Amino acid sequence: MPFLELTGIQKRFGDVAAVHNFDLAIEPGEFVSFLGPSGCGKTTTLRMIAGFERPTAGTIVVNGTDITHKAPNQRNVGMVFQSYALFPNMTVADNVGFGLKVRRRSKDQIHKRVSELLELIHLPDKASRYPWQLSGGQQQRVALARALAIEPQVLLLDEPLSALDAKIRVSLRNEIRAIQRQLGITTVYVTHDQEEALSLSDRIVVMSEGRIEQIGTPFEIYNFPSTGFVARFVGTLNVVSAKVLDPTAGTLEAAGQPIRAAGPISGGHPGDALTVALRPEIISLGARDGMNQLSGVVDDVTFLGAIVRVRIRFSDDSGAISFDTFNNPHLAVPDRGTAITISFPPEACLVLDRAEIAAAAAPEDLDAA
Amino acid sequence: MRYAARVAWWLVFIVGVLYFFIPLYGTLAFSLKSKPFLSAYTAILNDPQFVSTLSYSFVAGILTIIVSILIIVPTAFWVRLKYPQLRPIIEFITLLPFVIPPIILVFGLINTYSKQPLAVTNTETGSNALLVAAYVVLSFPYMYRAVDTGLRAIDIHSLTEASQSLGAGWIRILWQVILPNVRTSLLSGAFLTLAIVVGEFTIATFLDRPAFAPFLGLVGDSKPYEQAALALVSFGITWAAMVLIAVLGRGSRSRIKVTIG
Repeated sequence: MPFLELTGIQKRFGDVAAVHNFDLAIEPGEFVSFLGPSGCGKTTTLRMIAGFERPTAGTIVVNGTDITHKAPNQRNVGMVFQSYALFPNMTVADNVGFGLKVRRRSKDQIHKRVSELLELIHLPDKASRYPWQLSGGQQQRVALARALAIEPQVLLLDEPLSALDAKIRVSLRNEIRAIQRQLGITTVYVTHDQEEALSLSDRIVVMSEGRIEQIGTPFEIYNFPSTGFVARFVGTLNVVSAKVLDPTAGTLEAAGQPIRAAGPISGGHPGDALTVALRPEIISLGARDGMNQLSGVVDDVTFLGAIVRVRIRFSDDSGAISFDTFNNPHLAVPDRGTAITISFPPEACLVLDRAEIAAAAAPEDLDAA
Repeated sequence: MRYAARVAWWLVFIVGVLYFFIPLYGTLAFSLKSKPFLSAYTAILNDPQFVSTLSYSFVAGILTIIVSILIIVPTAFWVRLKYPQLRPIIEFITLLPFVIPPIILVFGLINTYSKQPLAVTNTETGSNALLVAAYVVLSFPYMYRAVDTGLRAIDIHSLTEASQSLGAGWIRILWQVILPNVRTSLLSGAFLTLAIVVGEFTIATFLDRPAFAPFLGLVGDSKPYEQAALALVSFGITWAAMVLIAVLGRGSRSRIKVTIG
């Protein structure tokens, strides 16, 4: 039985529909991320769970109780905000203990719980500090402890790492995941950062324009995107124009060269124009037997430290493909203008249908997605 | 250039100080001309009306501040949180005391509240309440502006939502989260209100209240040295009261103590 269940959730702001028919069931202790670009409805959905927005339609059930119309302070849902939202007039200990004071816990209970949580977030010596005396990362850890102090049924995190620098972001997200696993708390995390969602989540809900595009594990979302939007939004993607040769055999022509998809192209007819998407990491330099091969000319080489990104162009102007190779000082990187061949398995070809093609941006744009 | 800027800054500062202190010095010098020496001050301090009228005005000032905070803080908070489109209207309403002179306000009040069924001025308590109510209106421009500026400086949306998610209701949010974070603004609004109430003459006179400003006017009619002494003494007391409010306003709250280890 799901612990948190959203059924037929809709939200309209006047004439604008922010969320359409959102259905989701989250298991106890699960870590689910809402991933999508700005304005896709992910924060609105989270705020409906928190009670800060009222759904236009649908129900929200937590642990068998319908909380759709409950006030935010009656839901026992912990929330961590992007802006930390720590109370500036209170010390770290007072911030963490605030929810417990509201619940009229005894002084001893509050003291014990606050101490435990400050240990958990590795800030036991900062109890008497004020928020302005802490770094951004420390403030967000205090905000997490404050949300956890009340032992919420569900923990909601609204882009909690967005305001932090890259290094702190990575270490704090690992810490958040570790704490979540340790406490086994059901968690919903909103982010527009695919790396965050992929690294943290048990499941990801990819959203676009108020609709769910796909729900799946990070592995499924990344490797088997069910729509062009998901393929484009999650991970780096190459998109090349192609033409159907034999739909039954799954053969196509891309960049004027024949390639093969993993299976038949359903609904396709010979001569139909399609788009094929390829993940850069699945592409290897050089011709390999049994794999698709495309030949082109090196257009650009970008040295990224551990990785070297190579972009090749094709003679028929059908687009460009970038791929990554690990940096190896003993191997020469191809120079610009060199003719090279790349290989990739048929399973790597994500064939996008016409609607998805419309949703996809120009190949040059997607190349750096 | 930096030297010139510094000199300019000092010039402005010195002119400001002189503008403020020369009248005070003039008043002091004038009050000391009374014979025997300091007799104006001893006469004022021995006058029972001095203490009673000043106390009356201070009590009226404190009540005005309390009522004003109770009205303005929730209003400004609610407007910022839920109805930002109403802000220009509320601002306009709070600025009305600048447009309507106190004489018009007090005649309006007397006209309305001296007849049945709202004959409030028939009793002492009623008149006192009416005076405080009028002062609350006079304090609106200062109090609203101060509170609104304070609220603008904090992220009230996130703070309110964080408090709600932790289980707090509206009163607790206002009392424990919002009020302490606009305390400095509240204090500046309170200072201005107190200063205005202590020095307010028109409304207190027409409502026939034993306030300080009418007493000051009365003394000035026949005792010029005493009036100067009174003005200086009341000035000092008002400033002392403001410092007291600032000290009390700092507040002390029980904090959660956590032992390390």
